Amino acid sequence: MKLIDQEQVIRRMKPRLFRNTFFKYLFLLATGLCLIVLAVLFGRIFIQGLPYLDWQFMNSLPSRKPEEAGIYTALNGTIWLMVVVVPVTMILGVGAAIYLEEYAKKNRFTTFIQVNISNLAGVPSVVYGLLGLTLFVRTFAFGKSVLAAGLTMSLLVLPVIIVSAQEAIRAVPSSFREASYAMGATKWTTILRVVLPASLPGILTGSILALSRAIGETAPLVVLGIPLFLAFLPNSVFDEFTALPMQIYNWTSRPQDEFHALAAAGIIVLLALLIVMNSVAIMIRNKFSKRY
Amino acid sequence: MAILVEMRKEELMIEQPEVNKEEVYQTKDLNLWYGDNHALKHINLDIFENEITAIIGPSGCGKSTFIKTLNRMVELVPAVKTSGEIYYRGRNIFDKNYEVEELRTRVGMVFQKPNPFPKSIYDNIAYGPRIHGIKDKKILDEIVEKSLRGAAIWDEVKDRLKENAYGLSGGQQQRLCIARCLAIEPDVILMDEPTSALDPISTLKVEELIQELRKNFSIIIVTHNMQQAARISYKTAFFLNGEVIEYDQTNKIFSTPSDKRTEDYITGRFG
Amino acid sequence: MLWMKGVFNMSSQKYAATLSVQEMIAKKKRQRKNWSEKIMPVILQLTAIISVLTTLGILFTLLVETFAFFKDVSLKEFITGNTWYPFSEPGQYGIMPLISGTLRITGIAILVAVPIGLAAAIYLSEFASDKVRRVIKPVLEVLAGIPTIVYGFFALTFVTPILQKIIPSLEIFNALSPGIVIGIMIIPTIASLSEDALGSVPIAIREGGLALGATKLEVTLKVVLPAAVSGIVASIVLGISRAIGETMIVSIAGGSTPNLGLDITGSVQTMTAYIVQVAQGDAGYGTTIYYSIYAVGFALFIFTLIMNLLAQWISNRVKEDY
Ligand SMILES: Nc1ncnc2c1ncn2[C@@H]1O[C@H](COP(=O)(O)OP(=O)(O)OP(=O)(O)O)[C@@H](O)[C@H]1O
Ligand SMILES: [Mg+2]
Repeated sequence: MKLIDQEQVIRRMKPRLFRNTFFKYLFLLATGLCLIVLAVLFGRIFIQGLPYLDWQFMNSLPSRKPEEAGIYTALNGTIWLMVVVVPVTMILGVGAAIYLEEYAKKNRFTTFIQVNISNLAGVPSVVYGLLGLTLFVRTFAFGKSVLAAGLTMSLLVLPVIIVSAQEAIRAVPSSFREASYAMGATKWTTILRVVLPASLPGILTGSILALSRAIGETAPLVVLGIPLFLAFLPNSVFDEFTALPMQIYNWTSRPQDEFHALAAAGIIVLLALLIVMNSVAIMIRNKFSKRY
Repeated sequence: MAILVEMRKEELMIEQPEVNKEEVYQTKDLNLWYGDNHALKHINLDIFENEITAIIGPSGCGKSTFIKTLNRMVELVPAVKTSGEIYYRGRNIFDKNYEVEELRTRVGMVFQKPNPFPKSIYDNIAYGPRIHGIKDKKILDEIVEKSLRGAAIWDEVKDRLKENAYGLSGGQQQRLCIARCLAIEPDVILMDEPTSALDPISTLKVEELIQELRKNFSIIIVTHNMQQAARISYKTAFFLNGEVIEYDQTNKIFSTPSDKRTEDYITGRFG
Repeated sequence: MLWMKGVFNMSSQKYAATLSVQEMIAKKKRQRKNWSEKIMPVILQLTAIISVLTTLGILFTLLVETFAFFKDVSLKEFITGNTWYPFSEPGQYGIMPLISGTLRITGIAILVAVPIGLAAAIYLSEFASDKVRRVIKPVLEVLAGIPTIVYGFFALTFVTPILQKIIPSLEIFNALSPGIVIGIMIIPTIASLSEDALGSVPIAIREGGLALGATKLEVTLKVVLPAAVSGIVASIVLGISRAIGETMIVSIAGGSTPNLGLDITGSVQTMTAYIVQVAQGDAGYGTTIYYSIYAVGFALFIFTLIMNLLAQWISNRVKEDY
């Protein structure tokens, strides 16, 4: 006696195969949806913003008249912001990564720091804004300056930079360190001359990606009270400033279509900046990817 | 094996060292534990200068552990404990005042897998002198050339000193690592299976090089390959389960071992 | 000694006649002071401790200012009150409407993101060829990298007008549009983490099913998905956490009307949007309104922290499974 009726199995096979194919294309459709959304988003923003994107737009101060308004102060402010964020995050982030990977003993305290870092990465950016408002704007009395915003942004992206730098350092083969120690090098010398140069491409890639997040962040700046509109440029890190996303936010919150078009133009500039940064990061990654 | 030893005998006659050689290393009741694993047991060995000393034994018997203890690299592993003494040129290397960096400046090491830095050939060789404060370009140039010549690789790389060391073949990389080690003119060179990752021709070249280096350096070499030990070393220590079973002149070990276990190992009955 | 012998005694060398490399090293060593070896570990440890200080700073800031808030408003009103109307005199501070707004928007986001994200994850991990993967993965990365301000703009100026054509009663500011756009924003999080979870299911488990003649779909749904369920749940929880904390999209497209109920066609306010609203206005330092953003921020912090810890806990359990 047969337990399985082969004929029945074959008869059932057809709908099963059909279902398989159907769902495969359904999944593909869902996946393709992401691509479509991305295309629509970019297309829409380009169509809207491109007419306003000209030399005058890049070079003008903000204005109440849409046709005269420009992005100069905002772009300038974003660069000022980076002047603070880049050195602070690089020093603190890479320093912490070196400590955790090379010096820290495997004990409770180290585990605590590590868990703490991954939890910090999940804190909403608006909460960092509240921290910066109390700590930098009020307690340290930096006001709504480049410095206050820069330090707030630094704390925000620090966890990301630390984690990526840790990965880069961990990827350096231990045989390099051994070779260096075996020649009588001290630990710090080995880190400085072998580990850091070997992990630099990875560190740079991760840092650029993290910094591109800082460039696009808006919420903490709003909470700090960074002006949405400013007609002068900062001269030092202690001056007030405005940044690209703030300017875009400002234009977006106006009801008129012209300002929305300006916002779209501003977004194109912002996206262009991010694309350049990401391309650089990818170039570094490809150029140096695992030569040893 | 027998034929090989026959061939070697004459060679070794010529190479009989003069008497009154100094010891570079003396270990006194050396013990080492990885956590609870007793990896080296009561090791007493005297190793003499300007000789090639081979260390053989089955996998896991503690060969690498032993030579890594000689320059204290083994301490990079957490939870390592040692007892006993190791005298290097008469000084106990476990002494509190003995800086490991100083010891490792005098005792070079070549690893199983070639491990050049991801830098140029020149920078690889200049690494040692530079970290020890030698910055003068002229002196560095001299050291680089001399070390590469000393490692018999100068002619192959002299036109590409600025190129990345990872463009070299495996055998060339290993000789580069030897050159890197020579650059600070160490007294002793420790080698942990330096040819096991190389093809036969590269192996031959490295072996010739080691023979050549014997004139100026004391060499301690771990090898899995008994022919290699027989070919190049003057003395051989046979390790088993963390103990030294037999330590004697190589031709004696390979022709008339005094311990049954040594004989079993070299005749291939285990390991 | 060494430098006097063999190949190392090349007379052409200037220094070899006088000093060996080892002698030079010894000389340099005497001149050098080795402070960096001692001080660098301390400095580096301090940089690592900054991250702990950041956490303490966040906690301390939120606690102190929230404490000031609770001098004016009772904890009971804050937690159980059904009206959030701080701009009246006296202000009413029941957080429920803000939580309700947050939950509505998060719910919509999850309804959008989970099916699409999961479908994308299944497709990428089980069906896609390498070629397709190489197109889709960067697309997801780009989606994840777009600043939220851009999504906010997109929600307000593109998604809302389209939705208004479908649902005529939809107001300019509503919960639906930002909810959908936040959903799009967290698709990459759910898709890539779920894909990792699916990918770490051992091949052998799949082969077992396939060898019995099951279709790929059957193996995926009946074998792979259940095996990866913890990782998938963790990714969804993380997505929820990000949706709760999202600020700009809701500030731009969600409106500023704190209310209870299930309406998604009208203006709402989330916790994050409230913080932005007050910070933008000129609520003077030291007023109850000023302190209220910290109380709301604290609630927000707690919500996201719980979600993050939950996600970590779930995914740690997965690691123990294999
Ligand atoms: N880093 C380590 N941590 C813990 N135990 C170790 C470590 N390295 C080696 N051991 C143990 O010490 C013993 C000796 O190992 P060792 O590497 O010295 O052997 P070996 O003779 O060099 O072997 P092989 O010929 O395979 O290289 C082994 O039992 C090994 O498991
Ligand atoms: Mg070994």
